[in-house]
Amino acid sequence: MALFRLPANSRYTDRPGRRHAAPAGSARTREFRIYRFDPDAGETPRVDSYELDLERCGPMVLDALIKIKNEVDSTLTFRRSCREGICGSCAMNIDGVNTLACTQPIAAIRGAVKIFPLPHLPVVKDLVPDLNEFYLQYAAVEPWLQATSAPPAAGERRQSPSDQERIDRPSACILCACCSTSCPSYWWNSDRFLGPAALLASYRWIVDTRDEAAATRLAKLDDAFRLYRCHTIMNCTEACPKDLNPARAIADIKRRLLEGGG
Amino acid sequence: MSAYPLVDHRCDVVVVGAGGAGLRATLGLAEAGLDTACITKVFPTRSHTVAAQGGISAALGNMGDDDWRYHFYDTVKGSDWLGDQDAIAYMCREAPAAVIELEHYGLPFSRTEDGRIYQRPFGGMTTHYGKGIAQRTCAAADRTGHAMLHTLYQQSLKHRARFFVEFFAIDLIMDEGACRGVLALDMATGTLHRFLAQATIVATGGYGRIYHTCTGAHTQTGDGSGMVLRAGLPLQDMEFVQFHPTGIYGAGCLITEGVRGEGGILRNSAGERFMERYAPNAKDLASRDVVSRAMTIEIREGRGVGPHKDHIYLHLEHLGTDVIAKRLPGIAETAMIFANVDVTRAPIPVLPTVHYNMGGIPCNVLGQALTRSGGEDAVVPGLMAIGEGACVSVHGANRLGSNSLLDIVVFGRAAAAHCAKALRPGAPLPEPGAAAVEPLLDRLDRIRHAAGPRPAASLREEMQRAMQRDAAVFRTGATLTEGCAALARCHEAFRDLRVSDRSLVFNTDLVEALELDNLLGQSLATIHSARNRTESRGAHAREDYPARDDANWMKHTLAWVDAGGQVRFDYRPVQLETGSIGVERIPPQVRAY
Repeated sequence: MALFRLPANSRYTDRPGRRHAAPAGSARTREFRIYRFDPDAGETPRVDSYELDLERCGPMVLDALIKIKNEVDSTLTFRRSCREGICGSCAMNIDGVNTLACTQPIAAIRGAVKIFPLPHLPVVKDLVPDLNEFYLQYAAVEPWLQATSAPPAAGERRQSPSDQERIDRPSACILCACCSTSCPSYWWNSDRFLGPAALLASYRWIVDTRDEAAATRLAKLDDAFRLYRCHTIMNCTEACPKDLNPARAIADIKRRLLEGGG
Repeated sequence: MSAYPLVDHRCDVVVVGAGGAGLRATLGLAEAGLDTACITKVFPTRSHTVAAQGGISAALGNMGDDDWRYHFYDTVKGSDWLGDQDAIAYMCREAPAAVIELEHYGLPFSRTEDGRIYQRPFGGMTTHYGKGIAQRTCAAADRTGHAMLHTLYQQSLKHRARFFVEFFAIDLIMDEGACRGVLALDMATGTLHRFLAQATIVATGGYGRIYHTCTGAHTQTGDGSGMVLRAGLPLQDMEFVQFHPTGIYGAGCLITEGVRGEGGILRNSAGERFMERYAPNAKDLASRDVVSRAMTIEIREGRGVGPHKDHIYLHLEHLGTDVIAKRLPGIAETAMIFANVDVTRAPIPVLPTVHYNMGGIPCNVLGQALTRSGGEDAVVPGLMAIGEGACVSVHGANRLGSNSLLDIVVFGRAAAAHCAKALRPGAPLPEPGAAAVEPLLDRLDRIRHAAGPRPAASLREEMQRAMQRDAAVFRTGATLTEGCAALARCHEAFRDLRVSDRSLVFNTDLVEALELDNLLGQSLATIHSARNRTESRGAHAREDYPARDDANWMKHTLAWVDAGGQVRFDYRPVQLETGSIGVERIPPQVRAY
């Protein structure tokens, strides 16, 4: 039986939970509505409201989250690290879109800024989702160079600039999971569909001229669920904060399988 | 005492940290058949190695004449003769093989027309002992660190290494002067874990977050070095903090030196390429400490740009859209996001920004941690250190750009090789006494239930402001003394800490408090060591002692910080001999670029 409602402890009502008003004398107030879930509290999730003075806040959504944690409510929980869009820690759903909090300007959002964890993942706490399955899917495509022929005894495996260009963008993935968790097909079948991030990781090796396992890699993907749950919805490409194109990579994988081989 | 149940793990080696150094060690250990646990507070590919941009140095000679001995000379000179020449020679000699190994792992390097690894010029990298400009820095566009970190993680997966992700290391388990393992908190569940091992390799990186503005990640808190201080062991050369010339003004995000390697130019408010005055030969590609000082002087003398004349412009418009799109795409993106600048049309506003710690846990080329005993170096049994958190010392008083990615793979590999040779898989582990763990749990318990008036964030900001103000590009005895007093107050105020989040699951309030404790110890070691060193060398520029003083100060500082915040010093000699490595030592000279 398909489950048509979220489990009770995952449901929330879109009403302010606790309100934190703007500081007195706030010149440019903006409201942030943030999903809160504390597994220890035995309560369903709620949405807390925080008003900040943007005159005294950095430009990015991550700046606002850090300001709240530092000055208003230190229990607010989220992941963050590099703050420049390369580590992929602070992926979350902001204003209805999966993206990185550190590179998302507050000014680009109208009205209250709604911040939720990446959708359709188990929530550990507040904005921290459980990414274990996502990481296992990445590992499942065996994302390392596989070659039976030995590399040159001295020196690099040669690769032309144009061959390098084919892996250049696909290898720039930061594993933030924005793409996979924006995909309705992944929401429905994340237990069996690898999702765009893992498929892009596989593609990065399929098109690498140094890798010799393309045929095996393709054969392993040739499955109704692992690959073909992609229904070309293209949310993945829309969501990618690094402007990568997983949808195109998946289309190319399908084409290669149709053409029968690497 | 505190009643925390402990989950026990026994293994041959525990690696703390999964950045470039930790991963390179982990995969080497797994490959060698040693039972290895790698614990890391962030998922491996989120470690700050991921943010390294410009490249990794190695004298491959793909783009012109080169020799690892030139690289050796440049690194010794870059270190302002504080680097240990045996370690530098080892690193530079091993560099080409280390980079080729990464290529064989599948790292997506940029390529030359004939398919070799692309190499770009970088600051301080020369040929023929300073005569020519070397193209030595191997690059994957301007995200080499990302490419390297992901490649190393992939290799770790290949070798089925065991990771404990989002485990925060709390303290080293020390017993009778030896390290027996590490105590860690599983953030997802709030459970405590005792990792016992024959060797504990600390690979926890730098501690840039003692400053208010730095290029480093929020997670860059040098947790391993904090643990080492609490274990009663010293840190080395902590006064040497590198300011990168080109952090984005305001945001602090890094703009790679590779921009200047590709031909980018710094200009002051008069539009003058001022580096020609400070470094007539190398110009914009002088060593980082030299460029950062020059920029600071330009700003100080009223030639800064912007409404407050408080920063400098980095121009790359003249490079053309092709070079920018191909070699510097990440920079174009970062400059647009954080400075709202289209680099094909306008310069990037930049400022010298805290970037790298030359100091760290003293260790030898095998990675074994060192302390002093009876005026001699003494190996700390069971404890090793690699990466930015270690001080071998290959960077001395100033690191050359692209030598850090090299450092982490060369010494990560060396540490794994040493363990493979010295350890027997499955050898029995001595059980540490209860006295080795209970004080660690007590400390955790104290911080966890801290109910004073000061949140960690406010105390952290006070520390960061003091460091920013009193231990900057230029220092004086007066500012450093003020800084020591300010830091003593911060250390004192840690007693007033408040941790508000009482939950066990993913308690980042608690983790930030533990990180702050680590930062405080390191900031004390840094500012006291800086006040103590009465000379100028590399990144440590004392206005009251402007000259290098080889007679008194060609030695490494060792600093111990006790529980009361008192700092004690000792010294280690600089290794001026290269041993059997096959290169002549470079005697101290005047350092000019």
